[in-house]
Amino acid sequence: MTKLDPESRAAARGLSDLTIRNLFIIPTIAFLIIFNIFPLLYSLAYSFTDFRASTNAPANFVGLQNYRDLLSDPFIWKNFSITAKYVLISVTGQVFVGFGLAMLLNRSIPAKGLITTLLLLPMMLSMAVVGLFWKLLYDPNFGIINYFLGLDKFEWLADPDMALYAIAIVDIWMWAPFVMLLSLAGLSAVPKHLYEAAEIDRASGLYTFFRITLPLVAPILMIAIIFRTMEAFKTFDLAYVLSSQPTTELIAIRLYKMAFQEWQTGMSSALAYIVLIMVVAITNIYVKYLNKVKAR
Amino acid sequence: MAGVRTPQEKWTNRVAIVAVFVALAIMLTPIYWIAATSFKPRNLATTIPPTVVFQPTVSPFVKLFTKRSQLRDQPSAEEYAAAPWWEQMVFDGGEKVVRNGKTGEVRSSGYGDRFTNSLIISIVSTILAVSMGTLTAYGFSRFKVAGEDDWLFFILSTRMLPPVVVAIPMFLMYRVVGLNDTHLGLIILYTAFNLSFSVWIMKGFIDEIPREYEEAALVDGYTRMQAFFKVVLPEALTGMAATAVFCFITAWNEYAFALIMTNRNAQTAPPYIPSQVGSGLPDWTVIAAGTLLFLIPVAIFTFLLRNHLLRGMSFGAIRK
Repeated sequence: MTKLDPESRAAARGLSDLTIRNLFIIPTIAFLIIFNIFPLLYSLAYSFTDFRASTNAPANFVGLQNYRDLLSDPFIWKNFSITAKYVLISVTGQVFVGFGLAMLLNRSIPAKGLITTLLLLPMMLSMAVVGLFWKLLYDPNFGIINYFLGLDKFEWLADPDMALYAIAIVDIWMWAPFVMLLSLAGLSAVPKHLYEAAEIDRASGLYTFFRITLPLVAPILMIAIIFRTMEAFKTFDLAYVLSSQPTTELIAIRLYKMAFQEWQTGMSSALAYIVLIMVVAITNIYVKYLNKVKAR
Repeated sequence: MAGVRTPQEKWTNRVAIVAVFVALAIMLTPIYWIAATSFKPRNLATTIPPTVVFQPTVSPFVKLFTKRSQLRDQPSAEEYAAAPWWEQMVFDGGEKVVRNGKTGEVRSSGYGDRFTNSLIISIVSTILAVSMGTLTAYGFSRFKVAGEDDWLFFILSTRMLPPVVVAIPMFLMYRVVGLNDTHLGLIILYTAFNLSFSVWIMKGFIDEIPREYEEAALVDGYTRMQAFFKVVLPEALTGMAATAVFCFITAWNEYAFALIMTNRNAQTAPPYIPSQVGSGLPDWTVIAAGTLLFLIPVAIFTFLLRNHLLRGMSFGAIRK
């Protein structure tokens, strides 16, 4: 009888740890590389060409021409400034409404669990389908919003200045619950003894809020803000379904039109890259800020 | 929060309760309105003042599933009497159900097919994303991986891209390999999209499961695989449920990729419903019916797993 060496002993006990690790991890990594990195390289290559996916004409290499054209196009900058305005309005709104709701819910309220679940309903809906239905709610002639607010024939979506706010309102309605959920998690993690100490010191409600509650919830609120900013920056469906005003043409909509309606594949790949660089830059700034908040 | 003690606190607590209920009413009004509209006859959908009390009808749902055309001549009394109740409803609305010339079969609107597509694609991609994510999370949690943090960041970063950015090259790739307008094509896309989220949430959960559990199982003569399936996996179920809710919601509601990558064969409901508005006067009752039906699966799924969801969410959130 020969002695079993460690390797065959491992074999006798099934797969080795190394094999299991590779078996568990490699498919996911490979999958993500194939469906994320590879397409990105693909479109990077196209961004230097004048390729149009609607024709069979071969792609010509045009160097940085696409990038130069895009960055000097005032309409693209207009799309970016609309997007910035939209992100600012909707994320601010979500933080105020969501955090406010969480503050209200963070006390002894009857049927709290049920209320929390019901408040999450808007988040579960399809943005495109909901956006469509809000068109009916906003309708100047028979929408219930004007009726309940007593606004008569107020134009929400046809008014170029109002339309962006109208879209942001729907976004706030849908995603304030997300901020609420995260804030609730944060609020429930604040140690109770801090409030008791504040009470003994007869600290005012405002003082308690700004000195205890807010600083301790700040990191998780930042996470909510990061997620919502990234998502708002990418907004396509909601705005696309609700309005076709030039004043509501977010960058994602411009990108979609350029790629799949005008079929400027090369040019739109370049724009996609510009957007990508911006998203990564914004995320980085946020994450740096988040780490600062956490360190405090 | 500290318990209610002074009269002033009692008063503020009451105000808070009222405020919560007002907020709840405002948040739920649009959803209630969708539900109410989907049971209205067409002429009551767009009245001012809004119709609140009405005789409910299922005619919007009948219309949702059938192909219809404008009625030119009133149907004869016999024809009307011979028709099934749901067809009579369509007659009453001034339309008729379109039938196949030869077989006389009722032509469907396509909503049913889109709904089925949504179900197939969302369920399969959720299962794939959660199971692959759980395995990968276990791999990262229990074994040494060179450059672990970098890999995890790479996995997360795949979620940062706006869908439209990825859509252009994916569209071209899919066209080459013939995955455009197929179920498999969307399943792969949604799995890739949800996988990063799944790995991250599951890593948090599995990190929390004590290693001693598996070590004890290994001592008892289990293999690593058996220990994983019989000991770790049952402990991770809450996390998997919470992850599944989020993956399902995302896949169920996805619009941009579905709009770009599908046509007739594999189209899901989110791009289909808005396309039914058309240029004329839209029938809002049908759109409401389609929206309400579409909400039901995701609401049921979330409701069933709600406790896992709330626990899973706060868990993952606090850990970060």
